[in-house]
Amino acid sequence: MSSLDKETVRKIAFLSRINVSEEGLSELAGDLTRILDFVEELQEVDVEGCDPLTSVADLTLPLRKDEVTDGNIQQKVLANAPMTDAGCFVVPKVVE
Amino acid sequence: MTYILEGSTGPWEIVVGLEVHCQVISKSKLFSGASASFGSDPNTNVSLVDAAMPGMLPVINAECVRQAVKTGLGLKAKINKESVFSRKNYFYADLPQGYQISQFDKPIVGEGTIILDMPDGSTKAVGIERLHLEQDAGKSMHDQDPKYSHIDLNRSGVALMEIVSKPDIRSPEEAGAYLTKLRAIVRYLGTCDGNMNEGSMRCDANVSVRKPGAEFGTRCEIKNVNSIRFVMQAIEIEAMRQIEVIEGGGEILQETRLFDPKLGETRSMRSKEMAHDYRYFPDPDLLPLVFDDAFIAEIEKTLPELPDEKKARFMREYGLSAYDAGVLVAEQEKAEYYEKVAKGRDGKMAANWVITNLFGALNKLGVDVSESPVSAENLGKLIGLIGDDTISGRIAKDVFEIMIETGDDPEKIVEEKGLKQITDTGAIEAAIDEVIAANPDKVEEIRGGKDRMLGWFVGQVMKSTGGKANPGMVNKMLRDKIMG
Amino acid sequence: MTDLTKLTLADARDGLAKGDFTSVELTEAHIKSMDAHRNLNAYITETPEKAVEMAKASDAKRAKGDAGKMEGLPIAIKDLFCTEGVQTTAASHILEGFKPEYESTVTTNLFNNGAVMLGKANLDEFAMGSSNTSSYYGNVINPWKTADGKDLVPGGSSGGSAAAVAAGMALAATGTDTGGSIRQPASYCGIVGLKPTYGRCSRWGIVAFASSLDQAGPMTKTVRDAAIMLGAMAGHDAKDSTSAPVAVPDFEAALTGDIRGMKIGIPKEYRVDGMPEEINKLWENGIAMLRDAGAEVVDVSLPHTKYALGTYYIVAPAEASSNLARYDGLRYGQRVMEDGDSLDDMYMKSRAAGFGKEVQRRIMIGTYVLSAGYYDAYYNKALKVRRRIYQDFENAFGTVDAILTPTAPSAAFAIGENEDDPVKMYLNDVFTVPASLAGLPGLSVPTGLSSGGLPLGLQLIGKPFDEETVLRVGGVLENAAAFNAKPFGQEG
Repeated sequence: MSSLDKETVRKIAFLSRINVSEEGLSELAGDLTRILDFVEELQEVDVEGCDPLTSVADLTLPLRKDEVTDGNIQQKVLANAPMTDAGCFVVPKVVE
Repeated sequence: MTYILEGSTGPWEIVVGLEVHCQVISKSKLFSGASASFGSDPNTNVSLVDAAMPGMLPVINAECVRQAVKTGLGLKAKINKESVFSRKNYFYADLPQGYQISQFDKPIVGEGTIILDMPDGSTKAVGIERLHLEQDAGKSMHDQDPKYSHIDLNRSGVALMEIVSKPDIRSPEEAGAYLTKLRAIVRYLGTCDGNMNEGSMRCDANVSVRKPGAEFGTRCEIKNVNSIRFVMQAIEIEAMRQIEVIEGGGEILQETRLFDPKLGETRSMRSKEMAHDYRYFPDPDLLPLVFDDAFIAEIEKTLPELPDEKKARFMREYGLSAYDAGVLVAEQEKAEYYEKVAKGRDGKMAANWVITNLFGALNKLGVDVSESPVSAENLGKLIGLIGDDTISGRIAKDVFEIMIETGDDPEKIVEEKGLKQITDTGAIEAAIDEVIAANPDKVEEIRGGKDRMLGWFVGQVMKSTGGKANPGMVNKMLRDKIMG
Repeated sequence: MTDLTKLTLADARDGLAKGDFTSVELTEAHIKSMDAHRNLNAYITETPEKAVEMAKASDAKRAKGDAGKMEGLPIAIKDLFCTEGVQTTAASHILEGFKPEYESTVTTNLFNNGAVMLGKANLDEFAMGSSNTSSYYGNVINPWKTADGKDLVPGGSSGGSAAAVAAGMALAATGTDTGGSIRQPASYCGIVGLKPTYGRCSRWGIVAFASSLDQAGPMTKTVRDAAIMLGAMAGHDAKDSTSAPVAVPDFEAALTGDIRGMKIGIPKEYRVDGMPEEINKLWENGIAMLRDAGAEVVDVSLPHTKYALGTYYIVAPAEASSNLARYDGLRYGQRVMEDGDSLDDMYMKSRAAGFGKEVQRRIMIGTYVLSAGYYDAYYNKALKVRRRIYQDFENAFGTVDAILTPTAPSAAFAIGENEDDPVKMYLNDVFTVPASLAGLPGLSVPTGLSSGGLPLGLQLIGKPFDEETVLRVGGVLENAAAFNAKPFGQEG
């Protein structure tokens, strides 16, 4: 049984970049714990010698020719941006 | 030659591993058809894929795969016929997807080796841990506005090869030699232009210190150092810092640090470390990258002669020393230049002229061999003129000076300035007779056993012929005349 | 004149071909129906002007003798498909106002084949849900009601698509299916839903939920309609590396009605504890219909079935946590930023305000199962179990041509039910998730009514890229069941 405490949820929320209130953390801790309990039964499956299945597509990676076929669509790239200036996206100042 | 730093508690050894990001030479990006070129207006070399619009999907560029394999072959490394692209998840303004597509546990290239050519002519092997393909990030600009940063995604998605060394490097000099050699290899291969100041080759250094022979210490990663000189400085400064901390009773924290060349110090970037957990997992938008031996063989056919092989051949074919050969193969253009000069001539003499005279002059002019005012053909001719006794070595130096200034053909210079060596026996004999007649006392001295005076006579004869008399002939004829 | 909104896709196609009516007439009839049924909230964005324009163009094209596979047929597009110049929200606040500068491959294919778009259908936010109650734009109401007139969920996530088709607000609709999002709402709304083989339809331009599972498919009134529409949607796309380079067969031609000698597998593990008797009976009836049609019914075992849901609820959120990282308020969509906020503040506020509860839960679960120290125990373990599930099907398909199961463990439930516990809601996907994990085609066909008079569907699962067999058997089942009940107000 795994049980998530508030601190763990706080860390996950930060990794996910989702603001969660203090009350929200407790509620989420409960919800997430229930979900983890639910998936807990997987632990009983014998997967000895079993490769992880990352894709059902019975293919390998198709390779593209090296040609410039895209770009020069600055207006389209910026069309939906909440804030732009001088052809750039704009965000709160990033402190290096 | 062990590099040791003396601390207050005795000698310390440094241990360095380098992670070098090389921008792959290709027309388009790793996973999109937008141009990979530099210097365009912001967000113009950007496709909807690079901007991570909803529902956009990556499709890999075959050329980037070939370039990575080619580089792997150049590093004598194991090529993995099956590799996997994974997502490295983190949020940053210049990372539109919220993850970087990279390779994690299954890189395209595995272990290999780089042979370092040290300044004393010795060599050292440094292991390569891996090479993998990944996406570059965009660019954040912080100086356009007091409150905001500007984001340009032109670099976003450009292909990088990350080349990770084993922690085999033991001195700043070795780190410098490693980067120099790696740069030479990727340039020979044409897989990366190797320009560190433009950012197409970037280096992170993992540095730790230990008492000689002890276990590895805790390492710090110095991020994004942008010249070979700075990498060498940063390593030394960071090692000194670590020694001071340890000897002061402190402990080294594994962290990322930034090198400030102006202040000559490294400083912690701890703020950026906060709760990083990259959550790598195989990118479900991509499938395993698989190719066969034929694919590799096809690329192998395109490999040029690499620096190590070229060096060995120069030593073998032209009889060069390891040091000279190493200098000449350091850059493909230099090696090519040398071979043009040396072809059909005395290889050693050609190496001397290229390394000492030409490189010295180019250095003074501050230009590359590709911009040399003296063409390889003309330098070859000059050496030919020495070889067939048309001019003496001393005169050749004067001619070379003129060539550097004018770029002229040495034959033309010799002709015009009348610098041709005098090989006419009669003319030399007349000059000798004149000198002998004017110095009977000195002739007697020689005959009395003072052999050294012969040199004085040679000098006088050369002087009277304006340096043009063939010194060998002068010597022989003088000896015959005086000693009888 | 007949009510054009009651036609099947095939009938409408034939009617247009014969000149019985025009695409404009057909489209306008559906626009009227959209007005009449707006209370169902099946659409997030209606595009009537665009629809009429497209219909006019289609009529003109037909007049020149140039008609595509779906020429002039008005359909709904799930609002997960990016449509050029038309708001695309994924039912999330975070994408409110987002107008793509591009058209998804599937909608491009449909429009190239002549289809007319009526609007963008409602769904669960980012396709995460089984009830269509997680949409930021309000829940969708199932056109079917309980006997006492109570509102029901249409299922999810393609709930708007299912409701629109069931209520005659579109001749057909696109859906997407990650763990059952086409099949379950099809079952709840009494229509046909087909999740094709993973790789059959391009994912390019579809807002991603879980990339290794997402697949677009048709939601239609009949099996034939599904065959027609899949043919117009599918095809290899070089822009999607997981798109299969296989030819698109004539799916309609597969509907021969002849399944004699075919082997149909019945997986005993699908007889789950507490399965309602009426579902069991529906299944038994379906088995009998196929047997009567000359198929051989055999028992098969899919021993890892009970682990499918657990596997799914690790794999899908893990991929989603990464896929949804791009919604950061930077390049498009909603941004929440106050004076003095840092970049992280902007991210955290925008994503907290932009994502609903269920989406936030799944992002966080996904983040957790991928995080250092938990990857092997959860994510990697789930991928290994996923292979076991895949192998189960491989083994079964060594002996059978298709597998028959119920689509969902119940009929549509009341709005608000199952909301108290996320896990309870997940159980709706118990029969659809295994085929999703294995990437197999799954077709839901309505074959009966619950004791409460609500539609129930059976699911046919086929071999990879063998949608033809699934459709053929589905056609037989449809004929035999002769399901012709209609939702309230749609009778006659």
